Amino acid sequence: MTCDTWRERLDAYIDDSFPPEELNQLEEHLRVCPSCAAEALHRLKLKHATKAAAAARFAPSSEFRSRIAQGMPSRRKRLFGDLWIPGLAVAAAILIALAGSSVWEWHAQRQQALAELVDLHVTTLASVNPVDVISTDRHTVKPWFQGKLPFSFNLPELENSPFRLLGGKLVYFNHAPGAQLLCASGKHQISVFILQGDWKFALSGTFPASAREKGFNIESTRSADLRILLVSDANPGDIHELAELLKAAQQP
Amino acid sequence: MPYFAQLYNFACWLIGDRVAAEDLVQETMLKALRGFSSYQQGTNFRAWIYRILRNTFLTSQTGLKATASLDSEDDALPEPATLETPESILLVRHEQSAIRSALESLPIDFREVILLSDVEEMSYQEISQALGVPMGTVMSRLSRARKAMRGLLTAASEGVKR
Ligand SMILES: [Zn+2]
Repeated sequence: MTCDTWRERLDAYIDDSFPPEELNQLEEHLRVCPSCAAEALHRLKLKHATKAAAAARFAPSSEFRSRIAQGMPSRRKRLFGDLWIPGLAVAAAILIALAGSSVWEWHAQRQQALAELVDLHVTTLASVNPVDVISTDRHTVKPWFQGKLPFSFNLPELENSPFRLLGGKLVYFNHAPGAQLLCASGKHQISVFILQGDWKFALSGTFPASAREKGFNIESTRSADLRILLVSDANPGDIHELAELLKAAQQP
Repeated sequence: MPYFAQLYNFACWLIGDRVAAEDLVQETMLKALRGFSSYQQGTNFRAWIYRILRNTFLTSQTGLKATASLDSEDDALPEPATLETPESILLVRHEQSAIRSALESLPIDFREVILLSDVEEMSYQEISQALGVPMGTVMSRLSRARKAMRGLLTAASEGVKR
């Protein structure tokens, strides 16, 4: 690819939205092309400078904050009489209540969890020693986790499936230990996280069955008290197939 | 109220007037409450509430005026003199005031996409939900917006030099 082609895509790069499968190629180009590297750096600096210049430039006055909380209308409207907007106080109260508890917090947690899973997957792929137990044999991998985790799980026989087991390691997710298994599907690698499903947002069963985060596909399924999460750049259909195999393996 | 301060800041940038921004945020909250049933789980709350604010703005008088002047997205903003000289001159002069006035003089649809991306640090997907346009449009608009922004900054810094 030429410099011009890369340059058109530098915005996606500085916005963390570059397709992960092409990231290596771009970064390789940036290593050897000082001109594109300078351009990328320049754009990144401008992005940061823009944030510094424009974020929180205008802060709501405390008078406005309390007016909202009390449901008082805006100053201009008050010129035409002491209007009170009943809905506003209710809106503020409900939005504040929601903010403190359920929907948004849950939503934020979920987004954070998705991002965290993707980070774990990416870190694993980038690591020199991606797994602690290297084996394609489930009879080696499964016992390795015994005594290391407060729960147990089963692994499916992958012999006649399009997937290969590569190994596994311990991970910490939401301050709790879990298993991360690395599988291959063709050229793609899939991280399988097996966790005990007692985190807040998982309890409600609202973790999305499938999602996309930073260019990776994520699938979530559960079996009894286990939550199984798969992260990969493989296509969602393949990920789903592996998820079903894993789920089936948990049945007694 | 989640994102209250950020929404207010965004509203001020859009509408350019603090009192009008207060009304805009207030109206957004009311609409959010009324439309809460239309909020779909699994969609992004932040994108949703920004979308309400923005649509409210666009149908306000100021918003209509701001968009009426935008017949085409390709406007007569100065193109950057050269993209090959980024570092040296520009960075030093990227002072807050220069960036702020560049942002202020950008057309509204360029300004908002830069605010959502650089200030709110939304993903392209969130921006696409907030603006109600496809991801491809977000990317091309953002790219043109930043080009315009760099053009304005270059022009400003060359103005200083002379
Ligand atoms: Zn290059």
